[in-house]
Amino acid sequence: MDFNHSEDRRMLADTLRRFLAERYSLDTRHRISASERGYSPEIWGELAALGVPAALLGEPLGGFGGSGFDLMVVFEALGRALVVEPFLGLAMVGRLLADGAGRADLASGLLDGTQIAAVALYEPGARYDLTNVTTRAERSATGGWTLSGGKAVVPQLESATRIVVSARVDTGLALFIVPRDADGVSIKGYPLVDGGRGGELVLQAVQLPADTRIACGDDALGTIEAAVAAGIVALGAEAVGILDVIKDSTLDYLRTRVQFGVPIGKFQALQHRMATVAIEIEQARSAVINAAAALDDDRLARERAVSAAKVTLGRVGTLVAEESIQLHGGIGMTWELPLPHFAKRLIMIGHQLGDEDHHLERYVRLGRG
Amino acid sequence: MNVDFTAEDIAFRDEVRAFLRERLPKALSEKVRTGKHLTKEDMVGWHAILESRRWLASHWPEEWGGPGWSVVQRYIFDVEIALAHAPRIVPFGVNMLGPVLLKYGSDEQKKRWLPRILDGSDWWCQGYSEPGAGSDLANLKTQALRDGDHYVVNGQKTWTTLGKYADMIFCLVRTDPSAKKQKGISFLLIDMKTPGIEVRPIVLLDGDAEVSEVFFTDVRVPVENLVGDENLGWTYAKYLLTYERTNIAGVGASMAALDQLKEIARSEQKDGKPLAEDPQFAARLARVEIELENMKTTSLRVLAAAAHGGAPGAESSMLKIRGTEIRQEISSLARRALGPYAQPFISQALDEGFTGEAIGADYAAPIASQYFNQRKLSIFGGSNEIQREIITKTILEL
Ligand SMILES: Cc1cc2nc3c(=O)[nH]c(=O)nc-3n(C[C@H](O)[C@H](O)[C@H](O)COP(=O)(O)OP(=O)(O)OC[C@H]3O[C@@H](n4cnc5c(N)ncnc54)[C@H](O)[C@@H]3O)c2cc1C
Repeated sequence: MDFNHSEDRRMLADTLRRFLAERYSLDTRHRISASERGYSPEIWGELAALGVPAALLGEPLGGFGGSGFDLMVVFEALGRALVVEPFLGLAMVGRLLADGAGRADLASGLLDGTQIAAVALYEPGARYDLTNVTTRAERSATGGWTLSGGKAVVPQLESATRIVVSARVDTGLALFIVPRDADGVSIKGYPLVDGGRGGELVLQAVQLPADTRIACGDDALGTIEAAVAAGIVALGAEAVGILDVIKDSTLDYLRTRVQFGVPIGKFQALQHRMATVAIEIEQARSAVINAAAALDDDRLARERAVSAAKVTLGRVGTLVAEESIQLHGGIGMTWELPLPHFAKRLIMIGHQLGDEDHHLERYVRLGRG
Repeated sequence: MNVDFTAEDIAFRDEVRAFLRERLPKALSEKVRTGKHLTKEDMVGWHAILESRRWLASHWPEEWGGPGWSVVQRYIFDVEIALAHAPRIVPFGVNMLGPVLLKYGSDEQKKRWLPRILDGSDWWCQGYSEPGAGSDLANLKTQALRDGDHYVVNGQKTWTTLGKYADMIFCLVRTDPSAKKQKGISFLLIDMKTPGIEVRPIVLLDGDAEVSEVFFTDVRVPVENLVGDENLGWTYAKYLLTYERTNIAGVGASMAALDQLKEIARSEQKDGKPLAEDPQFAARLARVEIELENMKTTSLRVLAAAAHGGAPGAESSMLKIRGTEIRQEISSLARRALGPYAQPFISQALDEGFTGEAIGADYAAPIASQYFNQRKLSIFGGSNEIQREIITKTILEL
C-alpha cells in the first residue's frame, strides 16, 4: 500500500499548481467567471499545452492518463485555484469515448484544446435520474439520426464545440455526439451562483450522421454510469482541493484575528469546531481516494465507491462551508475575501452529478445487489 | 395550562388578516414572496401603511404611538405579517433605538426622535461594530471628545446594514479614552449628513451591498444627541441588543419560509413523485418543522415571562440561537430541494422590472443566494457563539 501519488503525477500536479498560482489569481478567476464566455480561451489553450487534457484522457484517445488518480491530481489543483475552465466535460468524455473502440477521431482536438466537450445527461424535471430521458433520437430517411429534446444545467455548455447527449431510441438509451453548430441546436446560457456559466440545451430536429451515435442499449447506460463516476471523482478531487484551502485560510484566521485580547483560535469553543472540521476533511479525502481507486473496478464496486464519496462530500462540504464562514464572522460574508467563493463552490459541488440524498439512496440500493 | 389562543386573540388575528388583505399592496407582497430586492421606497411605504393604523411600533407604549398590545397579540401580529409576505419592519428605528429612547432617553429626545421614526422622517442605522470590535464590542475605538457643546467624532464603523439609506446613525463611541473597555462608552445619535461622514458599500458573497463601512473624520455632533449619561452607554447598548436578538429569532419569518419550502417540495419532482414524498427529504423537512413547532411555544413562553412585556434578557440569546438555526435550515432545505437548479443565478432577476425568462421553476431564482445570505443570521446581533457564552454565564452560571 502506498498513499503517495506516482512521480509523474506529482510532477504534473506541481506544474499545474505553479501555473495556476502565477496565472489564475482569484481576481483573474472572477474576471473570467463574469466574462461573456465564462471561461478563458487563452488560459484553456495554455493548460492544454501543459498537457492537462492528455492527463485526463487514456491512451486509446491519445492521452497518457485518465485513471482515477490522474483525475484526482488534476482536479485537486483546479479546486485549489477555483478554476472555472471547462474541465469536467473533458474528464467525463474520456470515459464516454473510451468504449467506442477506434473512435479516436471523435477525440481529436480534445488533446490540444481546440475542441471542448460538454456532457449533457440530465433533463429538466428529472432531477438526478439519468434514465429519466425524454430526448428522442429517430432514424432519419438518410440512415442518420434526428434528435429532439432538452438538457438541464450543463456546466460550461456555451464553451463546448461537441456535446455528448443521451437520448431515447427504440431499444433504450443511446449516446450521441452533437456538434455545437449543428442546425437545431440552441443554448440558453446563464451565470452560476458559484462562478462560471451553465446552460440549458434545446435540440429541435437536429440531423446527425449515423456515426455520431457512440453507444446504445445497456452499453449506453453502462457508459453513462462510468462517465458520471469519473465526473464524481473529478468533482470530489476538486472539493478536496477546496477543502484544503478553506482549512488553511480558516486556521490562519483563527490564529490572527484577535478579540477579547487573544487570537480567537484560543477559544475552546472554536478549537473543537475546527478539530471536527479537520477530521471531516480527512474523511472526505479518503472517500475520494476510495472512489478514484475504484474507478476502473467492476461496476458494483465502482458505483458504491463513487456514491459513498458523493454522500460524504455532500455532508462534509455543507459542514465545512458553513463552519468556515461562521468562524470568520462578518468578514466571511464578504465578496472581497476568497473564502466565501470557495465555500459557495463547495456547496454547489453538492448539487452536481447527484446530491447527498440521491447517492445515499443509491448506495443502499447497490448494496442490496 | 392552556396553549390555545383566546377568542379575543383569534378575533385580533382576523382583524390583522383583514387589514393585510386590504392594505398590503399585492405588488409588494409578490416581491417579498418571490425574493425580489426591495427598494427603500418599498420599505418606507410599508411603514407608512402600518403607521396609518398605528401598528408600526407594536411594542411601544400607547402614549408614544404604540397600539397597546399584549405579548400574544404582538406575536400574532409578527406571524401574520410574515405569513402574508409583507416586508419585514426595518428594525433599527422601531425595534432598536425606540426601546432605548423610551427607557433611557430624555423627554426632549423622545419627543424629538420617536415621532420621526414613526412618520418615516428618519431612517436609522446601527453603528456598533468596528473592524476591531465585533464579538468584543467593548473594544470599540471610535472616539467622541467633548469640544464646547459638541462632540467631535473620529473613527470607523463597519457592517452597517442599509447604511446607504440612512438619515441617522446611533453609535457607540468612546468618550473616556482612559477608562477601561465597557466604561467610557457612550450612546450617540449622529446625523448622516454631517460633514466628515463617508459611507462605503461592502459587497457581500451574494453580490449585493446591503452593508457599508462608515468613516467619521472630525464629525461634530451636538451634545444634546447623547442618550442617557456620558460613559454609561454600555448599559443602553446591551439593553438594545436584547431587542435585536429577539427580533432576529424570526419565528414568523420561519413559518413563512417553511410554507414556501413545502410548496417547493410539492412542486419539485423526484422519481416521478413530488419531492415532498421522498422519505429522506420528508424526514429533513419534518425535523425542522418539529423544531419550529417547539420554538413557537418556547418563544411565547419566554416572551410571556419577560417583565412588563419588554424584551427578555439573557433568554433572548436562546431565542436568537435556535431561531436562526431554524431559519438557516429552512433556507438550506430550499436550496437542496432545487437539485441542479440551485446553480443558475441571474442576479438581475431579483431586481424590479426584470423581464428575462426564468431558469427552472419560477421560485428558483433567489433560493441559493438567499441560503448564502442567511449565513449572516448566526453572525450578526452577536454571533451564536457569543450567545452561548451569555447563556453559559448568565443563565447556567457556569
Ligand atoms: C450581514 C451583516 C450585517 C450586519 N449589520 C450590522 C449593523 O447594522 N450594525 C452593526 O453594528 N453591526 C452589524 N453587523 C456586525 C455583526 O454584529 C458582527 O459581525 C458580529 O458581532 C461578529 O463580529 P465579527 O464579524 O467581528 O466577528 P469576530 O468577533 O471576529 O468573530 C469571529 C468568530 O469568532 C467567534 N468568537 C469571537 N469571540 C468568541 C468567544 N469569546 N468565544 C467563542 N467564539 C468567539 C465568533 O463567534 C465568530 O465565529 C453585521 C454583520 C453582518 C454579517
